[in-house]
Amino acid sequence: MIEIKDIHKTFGENDVLKGISAVFKPGINNLIIGGSGSGKTTLLKCIVGLHEPTKGEVIFNGENFTQMNFEQRVPIRTHIGMLFQNSALFDSMSVEENIMFPLNLFTEMSKSEKLDRANFCLKRVNLEGKNKLFPSELSGGMKKRVGIARAISMQPKYLFVDEPNSGLDPKTSILIDDLINELTEEYKITTVIVTHDMNSVMGIGEHIIFLHNGEKWWEGSNHEIAHTDNKELNDFVFASKFMRAARAKL
Amino acid sequence: MVGVGIGSLGIIAIISVFIGAAVTIQTAFQLINPIIPKNVVGSIARDSTILEFSPTISALVLAGRVGSSMASQIGTMRVTEQIDALEIMGVNAPGYLISPKIIAGVTMIPLLVIVSVLLGFTGGYIACSVSSEVTTSDFISGLSDGFNPVIVTVCLVKSLAFGFIITSICSYQGFYTSGGALEVGQAATRGVVYSCVMILFFDLIISRMFL
Repeated sequence: MIEIKDIHKTFGENDVLKGISAVFKPGINNLIIGGSGSGKTTLLKCIVGLHEPTKGEVIFNGENFTQMNFEQRVPIRTHIGMLFQNSALFDSMSVEENIMFPLNLFTEMSKSEKLDRANFCLKRVNLEGKNKLFPSELSGGMKKRVGIARAISMQPKYLFVDEPNSGLDPKTSILIDDLINELTEEYKITTVIVTHDMNSVMGIGEHIIFLHNGEKWWEGSNHEIAHTDNKELNDFVFASKFMRAARAKL
Repeated sequence: MVGVGIGSLGIIAIISVFIGAAVTIQTAFQLINPIIPKNVVGSIARDSTILEFSPTISALVLAGRVGSSMASQIGTMRVTEQIDALEIMGVNAPGYLISPKIIAGVTMIPLLVIVSVLLGFTGGYIACSVSSEVTTSDFISGLSDGFNPVIVTVCLVKSLAFGFIITSICSYQGFYTSGGALEVGQAATRGVVYSCVMILFFDLIISRMFL
C-alpha cells in the first residue's frame, strides 16, 4: 500500500500540486487522471522520488520514503517497477539485456536463472523469442510490452505506469491495459497509472483520482464516474461526442 | 574505452602526421642559416610537438569528436527518460554513466597523445625526406639533442588533465539536459565550447607550473 499525504510541489512561482492526499491499495488499478497540465505526471514523479515534494509525505507500506536519503531508498526502489511514457528502454541493450539489467544489479542469480526470468517475463507479455532485438527494431506497442517485462522482472510490489496508451492504436491500448490489469491482480501489485485515455478509465479504473489545476477534485471508481455531478470531471470525461452518447444510453 | 581510444585513432593519426610535417617545414624555413646548426630544426619540432601540438591540438580535436558524442549520448538518455529509469531502479546514475567515461578519458587520451607525438615525429621525418632544407639524419639528431625529460612529464600531465576536462564537462552538460532534441544539440555544443576554453586555460596553467 502507498499513502500520500498533503503533497505540494512548486516550480519557481508555479504551484503544480496543492496538497494531494490519497491511499493506493494493492491488487487494484489506481488511476490518476486529469487534463494536460493538471499535475498527474508531477504527482507520479513525486511518489517515485524523481521529484522531491515541496511539502508532504509519501509512505510505502509504513516507511516514509520522503525522509529517506538515496541509499535508504534503494531497498524500496528494488520493489518498484515503472513503465515510462516512451518506454525508456536502454537503446544500447537488446530486449533480453534490458530485462536482465535490474537482475544483474540487484540479485545474486546465476546467468541461466536470469535468462530464465527474462524469458518468463517476455512470455508473460507475449514477446517470446524477441530476446535479441534492439529497441530500435520494435514497434511502439512492443516497446511498451518490453517496458512492462523489465518493470516486472524484479517481481515488484509497486508498479507505476505513465501514459501507457500514448501513441498506441485502440486495440494495442486495450492489450496493454489488460496486461497491466492481469499482472496487478495476479501478483497483488500496488499499481498506479497516470492516464487521460477514457478507455482505460472506464475499463480498468477501479480506483480513480481526478486532478484539476493541481488539486484532487474527485475520487471514486469507474462505476461512479458516469453518474457524478462534478462539473470539471464531467467536462473532462465526457468531452467527446462518443462519450456523451455512451452516457445517454446508460 | 574503445570509443575514445580506438575510435579516435584515425583522426589523431591524420592530424599528427600533418602537423608534425608542417611544424618541421615552417621551423626549417625560419631557421635555415649558415650559423645555426641544422639539427636545431629537429629539436624545436620535438619540443613544439611534445609540449604543445600533440597534447593541445589532439585535446581540442577530441573535445569535438569524443566530447560532443558523450554529451549527446547522455543528453538523449536524459530526454528519453532512460536516466529516470536508472534512478527508479536505485542506480546511482551519475556514477553509472559518467565515471566509466572519465576513466576512459584519463587513460585513453594520454595514450592517444603518446601515439600523436610519435606520429608527429614521423610527419617531420617525412617532410625532411621530401624537402632539401634539412636532412633526415639532421632531423633525427635534433630529436635527441638536448632532450629534457621534463617536457614528457608536462605532456602527460596536460593530456591527463585534458582527458578529465573533456569527459567531465561534456558528461555534465549531457546529464543536466532538459527538453528535447534541440536542447541535446545545445548541450553538446556547450560541452565542446566549455571544454575547449578550459583546455586552453589549463594548457597555460600547467605550462606555467612546470616550465
